[in-house]
Amino acid sequence: MKEALMPLLEVKDLNVGFNTAEGEVHAVNNLNFSINAGDTLAIVGESGSGKTQSLMSVMGLLAENGHAEGQAIFKGKDLLKMSTSELNKHRGREIAMIFQDPMTSLNPYLRIDKQMIEVVMHHQGLNKSEAREHAVEMLRAVRIPDPEERIRQYPHEFSGGMRQRVMVAMGLLCEPDLLIADEPTTALDVTVQAQISHLMNALRRKSNTAIILITHDLGVVAGLCDRILVMYAGEAVECGSVEQIYYDAKHPYTQGLLASVPRLDHMASKEMHAIPGNPPSLMSLPKGCKFRDRCPKAHAACEETPPMQLDEGRHAWRCYLDESA
Amino acid sequence: MTKTTESVAIDPFEAALGVSDVKGRSPWEDAWHRLLKNRAAVVSAFIMGFIILLVVFGPMLVSWESDFTDWDHTSAPPSLQSGHWFGTDAVGRDILVRTLEGGRISLLVGVVATIVSLLIGVSYGAIAGSFGGVTDRIMMRVVDIIYALPFMFFVILLMVVFGRHILLIFIAIGAINWLDMARIVRGQTLSLKNAEFIEAARASGVRDWDIIRRHIIPNLLGVVIVYVTLTIPQVILMESFLSFIGLGVQEPMSSWGALVSDGAQDMESAPWTLIVPSVFLAITLYCFNFIGDGLRDALDPKDRL
Amino acid sequence: MIQNSGMAKHSLRRLLGLLPTLFMLITVAFFLMRAAPGGPFDSERVLPPEIEANLEARYHLDEPLLQQYFRYLGQVVTLDFGPSFQYKDWTVNELMAQAMPVSLTVGLAAMLLAFFLGTLIGVASAMRQNTGVDYSLMGLAMLGISIPSFVIAPILILLLAVYAGWLPAGGWDWSVSSMVLPVITLAFPVTAYIARLTRGSMIEVLKSNFIRTARAKGLPESMVIRRHALRPALLPVISYLGPAIAGMISGSVVIERIFSIPGLGSYFVQGALNRDYTLVMGIVVFYGVLIIVLNFLVDLIYAWLNPKIRYDEND
Repeated sequence: MKEALMPLLEVKDLNVGFNTAEGEVHAVNNLNFSINAGDTLAIVGESGSGKTQSLMSVMGLLAENGHAEGQAIFKGKDLLKMSTSELNKHRGREIAMIFQDPMTSLNPYLRIDKQMIEVVMHHQGLNKSEAREHAVEMLRAVRIPDPEERIRQYPHEFSGGMRQRVMVAMGLLCEPDLLIADEPTTALDVTVQAQISHLMNALRRKSNTAIILITHDLGVVAGLCDRILVMYAGEAVECGSVEQIYYDAKHPYTQGLLASVPRLDHMASKEMHAIPGNPPSLMSLPKGCKFRDRCPKAHAACEETPPMQLDEGRHAWRCYLDESA
Repeated sequence: MTKTTESVAIDPFEAALGVSDVKGRSPWEDAWHRLLKNRAAVVSAFIMGFIILLVVFGPMLVSWESDFTDWDHTSAPPSLQSGHWFGTDAVGRDILVRTLEGGRISLLVGVVATIVSLLIGVSYGAIAGSFGGVTDRIMMRVVDIIYALPFMFFVILLMVVFGRHILLIFIAIGAINWLDMARIVRGQTLSLKNAEFIEAARASGVRDWDIIRRHIIPNLLGVVIVYVTLTIPQVILMESFLSFIGLGVQEPMSSWGALVSDGAQDMESAPWTLIVPSVFLAITLYCFNFIGDGLRDALDPKDRL
Repeated sequence: MIQNSGMAKHSLRRLLGLLPTLFMLITVAFFLMRAAPGGPFDSERVLPPEIEANLEARYHLDEPLLQQYFRYLGQVVTLDFGPSFQYKDWTVNELMAQAMPVSLTVGLAAMLLAFFLGTLIGVASAMRQNTGVDYSLMGLAMLGISIPSFVIAPILILLLAVYAGWLPAGGWDWSVSSMVLPVITLAFPVTAYIARLTRGSMIEVLKSNFIRTARAKGLPESMVIRRHALRPALLPVISYLGPAIAGMISGSVVIERIFSIPGLGSYFVQGALNRDYTLVMGIVVFYGVLIIVLNFLVDLIYAWLNPKIRYDEND
């Protein structure tokens, strides 16, 4: 029997809200998930599902008007309770985050080398030349050609795909235990997407970094991740291994999502599937199951919030039903 | 392992959305609400209104004439018994009434010179923006050149050349201040010219004049209002500088700048002659700036300085 | 390397672009001065016509205006500004040489003060946005923009010179204490404007994605601001320096009068009133060149700070 590992990151009862002029926006509601060292978890959901904001709160990067309650326990310490200076000991060093749009996420006014070496110099106390060597090596690992030359350039001199590689390299400089990637390939075209996925896979295998991949694209997930967490309207609705989700999805929303992925092997005559309707407003969430209004299998009991069902294979879903598609 | 092929009926859009009656708010209403929330601007507007009333009606209510020299009370400090609530100057003229009448001139110069710069600036900017291309580049180059020059030198030269007639002051100051207005109007015109909704209007056959009336002018109006409100204090400031170095309005007319200049002479013996007009001038400028800022935030929150 | 030639070309182009400014300045000033009624010798005692004619010939005032203009341009190129019409024993060059260091000292000190203090206040305000500190600093800044220098100056003189006696009320003797009040008064409105500008710009920059990345890297906030936010935030301030200089030159006219400082501003006003053509023109040319050189420097600094500009050949 396997010993239970202590999870690397455990998020418990996370609630994230934003104070706006029009009212309180409940972006994340009662979110629970965990990830072990070396694992890869994909958090999947449409825009507004709360997937990004949940991880932003873990990293302490919420906007001014945002607030988070709950726990985010990383290596035994609760990140949400830390002050900024305490948090800074972990950010960039043990947990790294890379973002969606590399053009705006890299500082356009600074050369790449300056942006990269400051991380290692600050966290690991290396001097400038050591840090530079390290950074060049990392650029080489992410397949940037001529890294010694190119490291002296500015972000706008790189192509989109290369910029994202630079971001990945920058995130991995201190060999973090956990890398959070927020839609790293969304802003890039398909071929580059595949490259970046390959890259993250290779790096993960080499240094056993755990990866949380935030995405709305189920296609990207398959090659890279072990487990998937599906979010809707700020809540987790299903969680399981890749096989469980892809082949045995239990929650109607997940089923709808999978059905909506266009497939090349289906005949052109088949209609495009879409889940009808729109997600609920995060300012006035309905009671009971949030997916109720759009669910083809909804019934009377759904007015009460369904509990998470769990089976032995660590497959969980928030629905009264236990039906595969 | 068969994949799911749930066929989901695609409902009519409205039914899926649910019924909700959303009342629209025009951008003007939105702006008005934003403006009202800006307390500094609202308070300033009230104070400004008060000052305008004082300046227009005050001199009629105060018992002293502005050119009346009260030989019994020269350089007298403010007191209630003497009837000179804000004191008198070196020749016994009542400070309150002089300040109020000076305010009339200062505000008048502010408004008229602003109108001058408005006319010049808007026409210049609209022409540059509508023509675009080389014409626009040349015209804006000229603006850049003039912008880099110290205005004071030219105003002084103009005053020296043409004398101190008040009309000239209006024109001279207005002629210096139109640059910002021109730049802003030109920017707006350029973006409007290429705006899709204008093309759409033209494509659906709306007449040019109607396009100007219903689309272009309302869009220009917003920025123009903001910059008019911000130009007025600049103009008043410039006039007061001129008066201070002796090139402003001529006696017997007086403006706040001239009064401050006079007051600065007697500063040690009769500080109220300096303080009263200074306070009025400062408050007016302060208020206009807040109102202008508030308008700018209200009409385009992204433009915040 | 591409980078150096790009920047060199860019700078050269900007420099050439500013020459029309100088040209226009000289031309407009020249003809304006001549358009003024009255000549330089009107206030003297009435002269017999032959002597007057001699005087006019000596100063070339009998020539057609256009010819005088071109003659003047020729002189300017050789930096000969001619004799002063009013101060008979002096050439304009000599007068300017006396006044220039004074004005330059005050102006330079004021500009440095305005820039450093203004940006400091602006950054401090931005970091504490919407707190009491922010509101008070910005309220103060608004005051600085609204109150004219000739109102602040007498008040400061009253407080610091007359009542407290710490500083002289005016005059210039190259001592630090005689410099304090004029420099502060001249710098005040520009400092205020720069403070507001910096604050707004910094607030915008702090919302950028790359600042989020910097924070995600675990860098302390002070480092984030110093290394990442400051440079882009200062760009609008650098752009403003050009007009700021022009504004200070304008302001110096008033300041020099209030504090009885024998600088170029005072000479200018006197010259304008006395119809001392050459003196006025000399000062105009000097300031024109100064403005051009400084604007050019500002452009260089801007291009250095903003790498995107260096490679952009579209102007």
